[in-house]
Amino acid sequence: MSTSTTMDPHQTGASSESHGHGREPSYLVAKPGLWSWLATVDHKRLGIMYLVLTLLFFLVGGVAALAVRTELLTPEGDFLTAINYNKMFTLHGAVMVFLVIIPMVPAAFGNFFLPIMLGAKDVAFPRLNLMSFWIYVLGACFFLYTIFAGGLDTGWTFYTPYSTTTGTAVISAVAGAFILGFSSILTGLNFIVTVHKMRAPGLTWNRMPLFIWALYATAVVQVLATPVLAITLLLLAIERTLNIGIFDPKMGGDPVLFQHFFWFYSHPAVYIMILPGFGITSELIAVHSKKHIFGYKAIALSSVSIAIIGFLVWGHHLFVSGQSELAGVLFSFITFAVAVPTAIKVFSWTATLYKGAIDFTTPMLYGLMFIFTFTIGGLTGIFLGALSIDVHLHDTYFVVAHFHYVMMGGGIIAAIGALHHWWAKMFGRMYNERAGQIGALLVFVGFNMTFFNQFVLGQQGMPRRYYTYVEQFHDQHVLSTWGSYVLGAGLVWTAMYLIASLFKGKAAPANPWGGASLEWITQSPPIEHNFHETPVVTADPYNFPEIDRSGTGRHHEH
Amino acid sequence: MRPQGAEPHPHPSYLQHHFDNREQQASAAKLGMWVFLATEILMFSGLFLGYFIIRMFYPEMVLGAHEHLSKTAGGINTVVLITSSFTMALGVRAAQTNNRKQCVWMLALTILCAGIFMVVKYFEYSSKFHHGMLPGRFYHAYDFGYDLPKYAHVFFGIYFTMTGLHGVHVLVGMGVLTWVLIRAKRGEFSAEYYTPVENVGLYWHLVDLVWIFLFPLLYLVK
Repeated sequence: MSTSTTMDPHQTGASSESHGHGREPSYLVAKPGLWSWLATVDHKRLGIMYLVLTLLFFLVGGVAALAVRTELLTPEGDFLTAINYNKMFTLHGAVMVFLVIIPMVPAAFGNFFLPIMLGAKDVAFPRLNLMSFWIYVLGACFFLYTIFAGGLDTGWTFYTPYSTTTGTAVISAVAGAFILGFSSILTGLNFIVTVHKMRAPGLTWNRMPLFIWALYATAVVQVLATPVLAITLLLLAIERTLNIGIFDPKMGGDPVLFQHFFWFYSHPAVYIMILPGFGITSELIAVHSKKHIFGYKAIALSSVSIAIIGFLVWGHHLFVSGQSELAGVLFSFITFAVAVPTAIKVFSWTATLYKGAIDFTTPMLYGLMFIFTFTIGGLTGIFLGALSIDVHLHDTYFVVAHFHYVMMGGGIIAAIGALHHWWAKMFGRMYNERAGQIGALLVFVGFNMTFFNQFVLGQQGMPRRYYTYVEQFHDQHVLSTWGSYVLGAGLVWTAMYLIASLFKGKAAPANPWGGASLEWITQSPPIEHNFHETPVVTADPYNFPEIDRSGTGRHHEH
Repeated sequence: MRPQGAEPHPHPSYLQHHFDNREQQASAAKLGMWVFLATEILMFSGLFLGYFIIRMFYPEMVLGAHEHLSKTAGGINTVVLITSSFTMALGVRAAQTNNRKQCVWMLALTILCAGIFMVVKYFEYSSKFHHGMLPGRFYHAYDFGYDLPKYAHVFFGIYFTMTGLHGVHVLVGMGVLTWVLIRAKRGEFSAEYYTPVENVGLYWHLVDLVWIFLFPLLYLVK
């Protein structure tokens, strides 16, 4: 975007922001000492701390997943008893949902880049942001305590009546999730106010990067849905301690009421998990094909419509719970409807790629991977949204495959893409591009090897959350488990070259990819106050120079 | 373009560095508080939904059980809270018009009303405990000769959860109001800067509003 002639983001040389200012220390070193990090109100430092913790918990959840998959190599119990198997998949699910996927993109990348992309110095409430972080840490402590207090075996969904009667550490887990919910709510609140009140001069709503639109829609969902989870978990804890009877049929209550309460939050929660990933994909596809995003307004508004429609479909998790046929029909119909704005995005990204100058960098590879794996995940959601089909597929591996394709193949893949796209900006170092491409290949192959045949397994009748199975499923489980090892290897490889780049990587320029949104005019890594002068925005963030197709090597500037 | 460097520049102490001017700061703070109030409404709405479902399943039970709530106590508390909202509004007005003394008095009166609310609630709850009207498995009102409908323990579970969560919000409100009162006494607020008074006022009005819904639904319905 054009700001002024001295702030051209297409200069890939020394940071244009540092012209005439010398190189000011970056946010990483601006204030020294551990306490300056722990008590920081700098959104960038908070973003990095969230990134480190969410990636750490991704490792914890991943190890739990590998344990589950390894146990499933044979139909017999190998090293996990039945109850420990239940605890292991519960740990995997709860950690991944509450400590990794929900917070990761908004709290890590959102915190780091939302203010910068808006041309602001920080979020609206920096001290609240710091509090959000420590609330996250407190919630994580409750989860860690749960593990040491004997674990939880209810599944991350806490369905009654089992969750009200089991002897495992339900209260501490529920308290942890309750506390983590507040971290999510406060982050969402901060982002909403920042987007409304702190955009730079000239940065109208229609000139915001699509990543911001995505974070905004996510923030609305976080703020409106998470309180319902809070009250649900509170009621569950009260039911467990006081037996008020609201979920217990013997006492006049209804266990399905819990499911309604729970999914009223948890369905919008999955949109919290994916909407930021959609925003990231828009950035990756546009920047790495140097082409103006196709259908900017359609993509922006589709994020908002997904956020709204997402509140209306929770009953598709309850098709076989005994809810009325009419309710089932309505929920099924609205579930199909949510596919429309989602598809608009997929078509827009494809149209963006068409005749673009596609560069197969690691971020682009992850962006393309997202379109492929998320589409599979999303389409299989439509299968599950059809009432008659869901009767057969509910609680089978088909569901497991579906949500891993959208949550991991969507959310996590987008997050890894974002990590590569913005690595240079956050840390001032370039990672090794060849290593990145190898990692992307391993992740892609491993992911599909693990999860694709789970659709078949589910359709053939393999139930989810079972540690044993009939012999006919054996080979498929072996394939899936080996796939998980390939995936794990790919992720470990990725971690290794990324960490190595912090020590040995080339110093990064301000704008290695030729992006046109505001983060690319800052230093790599940015100074503490982000900008030396508040930028004035005069164009949209996908205003790349026209692609030169003449073959003469000359550039045509707009 | 405004320079953003670290050099000191004259600005009021209440203006935080990441804001350009006090209007932006006040406007952001107000929007933030309204968004927070939306989250509170959604949280309580889960409990209201629970109440409506219990009433749908067991209409006579609810009507029978709730006769044993003290309409007098509830009525006093309603008047007390509405009064506290009035004093709160006067306190905001006083801050807006540079009237420090009145602002402090109004905040003090608001806290006093909140205290009266909690005292009345204490007596209400004690009476319930002494008559065995406790939530869930602790319910034993029959020991005291009360012949209530079969699932009355579910009603009392909802009653204590709803009024209990509301009471927690009153207590938190008292704490925040005290902090704002201390700041008001120190002279931190003026016509240029009264945001904390205004925002705690918004919160307090919501606490009052939740009670306005709780009271008829729990105490008065026929």
